[in-house]
Amino acid sequence: MNTRSVRYALPAATAAVLALTLTACGGTPAGGTASGKHDPGATVSIGSLYEPQNLDNTGGGGQGVTEALHGNVYEGLFRLTDTGKAEPLLAAAHQVSPDGLTYTFTLRDGVTFHSGKKLTSADVKYSLERVIAPASQSARKKNLSVIKTVEAPDPKTVRVTLSQKSISFVYNLSYVWIVNSAAGDLRATADGTGPFRLGKWTRGSSLGLDRATGYWGTAAASKKVVFRYFKDAAALNNALLSNGVDLVTSQQSPDALDRFKNNPAYKVTEGNSTTKLLLAFNDKAKPFTDVKVRRAVAAAVDDKKLLESVWGGHGKLIGSMVPPTDPWYEDLTSTDPYDPALAKKLLAEAGYADGFTFTLQTPSYDPHPTAATFIAAQLADVGIKVKINTITPDEWYTKVYKNKDFDATLQEHVNDRDLVWYGNPDFYWGYNNPQVTRWVDEAERSSTPAEQTELLKKVNRTTAQEAASEWLYLYPQIVVASSRVSGYPLNGLNSQFHAFGIKKS
Amino acid sequence: MARYLLRRSALLLLSLGLATVVLFILLRMLPGDPANALTAVGATDEQIAAARAAIGSDRPLPEQFTHWTGQLLRGDFGTSFVSSLPVGPEIATRLQVTLPLTAAAFLLAVLVAVPAGFVAAHRRHTWYGSLLSGVSQLGIAVPVFWLGMILVAVLAVNARWFPSGGFPPDGWADPAEAVRSLALPVITVALVMSASLIRYVRSAALDVLGSDYLRTARALGGTFRGAMWRHGLRNASVPVISVLGIELASTLLGAVVVESVFALPGLGSQLTTGISQHDYPVIQGVLFVSTLAVLLIGFAADVVQRIVDPRLRGGLAGGPR
Repeated sequence: MNTRSVRYALPAATAAVLALTLTACGGTPAGGTASGKHDPGATVSIGSLYEPQNLDNTGGGGQGVTEALHGNVYEGLFRLTDTGKAEPLLAAAHQVSPDGLTYTFTLRDGVTFHSGKKLTSADVKYSLERVIAPASQSARKKNLSVIKTVEAPDPKTVRVTLSQKSISFVYNLSYVWIVNSAAGDLRATADGTGPFRLGKWTRGSSLGLDRATGYWGTAAASKKVVFRYFKDAAALNNALLSNGVDLVTSQQSPDALDRFKNNPAYKVTEGNSTTKLLLAFNDKAKPFTDVKVRRAVAAAVDDKKLLESVWGGHGKLIGSMVPPTDPWYEDLTSTDPYDPALAKKLLAEAGYADGFTFTLQTPSYDPHPTAATFIAAQLADVGIKVKINTITPDEWYTKVYKNKDFDATLQEHVNDRDLVWYGNPDFYWGYNNPQVTRWVDEAERSSTPAEQTELLKKVNRTTAQEAASEWLYLYPQIVVASSRVSGYPLNGLNSQFHAFGIKKS
Repeated sequence: MARYLLRRSALLLLSLGLATVVLFILLRMLPGDPANALTAVGATDEQIAAARAAIGSDRPLPEQFTHWTGQLLRGDFGTSFVSSLPVGPEIATRLQVTLPLTAAAFLLAVLVAVPAGFVAAHRRHTWYGSLLSGVSQLGIAVPVFWLGMILVAVLAVNARWFPSGGFPPDGWADPAEAVRSLALPVITVALVMSASLIRYVRSAALDVLGSDYLRTARALGGTFRGAMWRHGLRNASVPVISVLGIELASTLLGAVVVESVFALPGLGSQLTTGISQHDYPVIQGVLFVSTLAVLLIGFAADVVQRIVDPRLRGGLAGGPR
C-alpha cells in the first residue's frame, strides 16, 4: 500500500535526488485477449519503476512492495476489486454487531501459508496488531487505529472490537496482509497465502515470484512472474521494445506511446487512475486565505490545455479531489471553468485588481516543471506573477509538507478516497472549514455506505466551490503490453498489480 | 623499492582516513532528514523523533563517526536505514556487476586505444591516421549517456542483438546471459574511454618518434621496429600508465551514469538510490569502497610506472619526477 499520499517521481539520469514514486494502479485481471495458445509454464516479465525498499509493507517497503506482493504473495481478509469495492478473500463470512463496533470474521477453510503452516485466527490477530503497532509505518495505520481489541476465540474465528464506528473498516482491511505469525522478520523474506511464493529478489534489479503449489484458490496462470526494475521511463520502454519485459505496469512517458500504438506487437490500454495533479494553495497564507483569490486562480488556468500539452489527450479533467472510481464522485468540472474574465473580476473583488505575486514550490521531476511554466504563463494573463521555485522531493517534504512554509505548490496525490484530507485542518494545505471537518468525521461514523456517500458528496461540492485547491487533472493509467500477454490489471487503484491472472502465449 | 612501497602504503591509509572524514561530514551537510524517508505521510513529531533515535541520526556527529569507523574496522558496513538490511553484502552483490563492467571496458579500451594511438601517431600523414585522430577527438566530446542511448536505440531496440538494459535475475548463474547484459554497457564505456586514450597514446608516441634516442638507435643501425621495442614503447608507456590509472578510476566512478542508462544493479545505482533516500550507511559504504578502489588504482599505477621506468626509482637524478 502507499506509504505516502503524495507521489515522488524518479528523475532519471541525474545522479542525486530522488525518492519513491507512488502511483496508483491495480484492479482485477482484465486485459485484452492474446493471440496463440496460453503457456502455463511461461515466465512473465513485468517492468516497473517502483522497486521495493524491503519486503515489509509495515516497515517502509514503499509502493513497490505493494505492487509486487499485494494479492500475489500476500492476501487480506478482503480484496479490493477494480471498481474499488472490497470483496471477501480469506474471510469466508463476517457479521457486524448492531452498534457497529464488533466485527466477527470466519476464516476460509483449507488455507495454508507457503511455508506449509495452516492459516489460523492467531495469524490474523498477529497481522492486524502488526499494522497498528507503534513501529508500524503502514499507510493505513491511522485509519485502522480504531481497532480496540482483536480476539481469536477459536482457530477459525476472529473478533475485532472498534473504539468507534468506522464505515471504511472492511475497505481498510483490504490493505492488511495476513502474514504467518511465526515468520519473524519479513523485510527480506515472505510467507503469505497467495497464488505466488517469493522467488529470488536481486536488489536493484528484479524480484521473482513462483507459482505456489497447493494454493487454496485458482492457481496462477503462469509459472513465474519477474518484476524487473528500472530507474526511468525511457529505459523501461526500451526494455519493452527489445522484448526485455512483457508489460509495463504504468506508462509514465506519453511521448513513448506513439511507438506502441498502431504496432500490432503491442497493446495499449487506458484505465482509471486515482492520481490527481494539484496546484495546492496554502489556504492559511495570504492572499489564498480569500476564497475569491483561489477561485480566480482556478478560473485563470486552462486545465484542458494543460492536460493536452502534458499528456496529449490522455487522462481526465476533474473539478475536485474525487476520481470517478470513488463512490462519491460527481462531475464538478463546471464548478471550475476556464474563464479569464471571471478571474479578473474575482481578483478585483478581492482587492487585487492589479494582481499579486506568489512563489510556486515546484517538485523537480515531471510533469511539475512543465505544469508550473504553463500555469505561470496563464496567470500572467490576469496579472498574477508566479515565481517558480524548483525543489527536490525531499525539500518538498520538509519545506511544504512538514513546515508548511509555502504560498502554493504543485503535487500529485495518488490514492483513492483522498478527499477526506480536506477534513483535516492540520494537513499541509491548511484548508479549514469546520463544517467540512464535521462532515468528514460523520461520514466515517455512518451506518450505511449511502449515508457516507451523501456526506462526502457535500464535502466534495463545498471544497470545489471554495476552490480549496486547484485540481488540474487526473492522470491516465496506461498499461502497455506485448500482445502475447493477457489477463493483466488495467485500472489504477492504490499501487496493487495482481499478476496471478496474466497469461503468456 | 620496499621502502617506497611502505611509504606509499602509509600515504594510502592516510588518504583513506582523510577521505572518510570528508565524506562523512559532506554527507551530513546535505539538506534533508533521513527520518523523512522512514516515516509515513502524516507522521507526528514523536514518530519522526523515534525514527531518528532508531537509526541513531539524533546522536552527536563525533559519536556517529566513531561508531561508523569502528564498524568499518570490523568489516561491517552497517545496516541500511531504509531497508534495514545489511549494507556490506549488498555492496558485494553490486560489485559483481560494476567490477566486471569496469574491468572489461578498461581492457577493451586499452586493446583498441594503444594500437590505434600508435597508428595515429606513426601514420599521422595518411588518411587513416588523420581519421583516427579526428574520430578520437570527436569521441572525447561524446557524453557516455548519449552514446549509450544511441547504442540502445540501434543495437538493442531496433536490431535486438542485445538486451536494452537490466541484469539477469539470477546474476552470474547463467554467465552467457550476464555477459550479454553487460556487452552494450561495456562497449559504450570502452568507446568513450578509448577516444581519450587514443589521444594520450598518440601524443606519447609522437614524443618518442621525435626523440633523439630513437634517432640515435636507428643511426646505430637498429630497425625502426627494433628501436621501438627496445626504447620507444617503454618510454611512451610511462605517461600513458598514469593516464590509464586516472581513466580506470573515473570509469569506476562514472558507473553511475552508464548503470542508470542500462538499468544495471551496480554500485552506481546503489549510490543513486542511497542518496535519494538519505540512506547514510549505504552512501558511506559505497563511497568508502569507491574511494578505496580509486586509491588502490593510483597506487598500482605508481608502482607499475616505477617498474617500467628505472629513472623513477630514485637511483638516477634528472628523471621526470
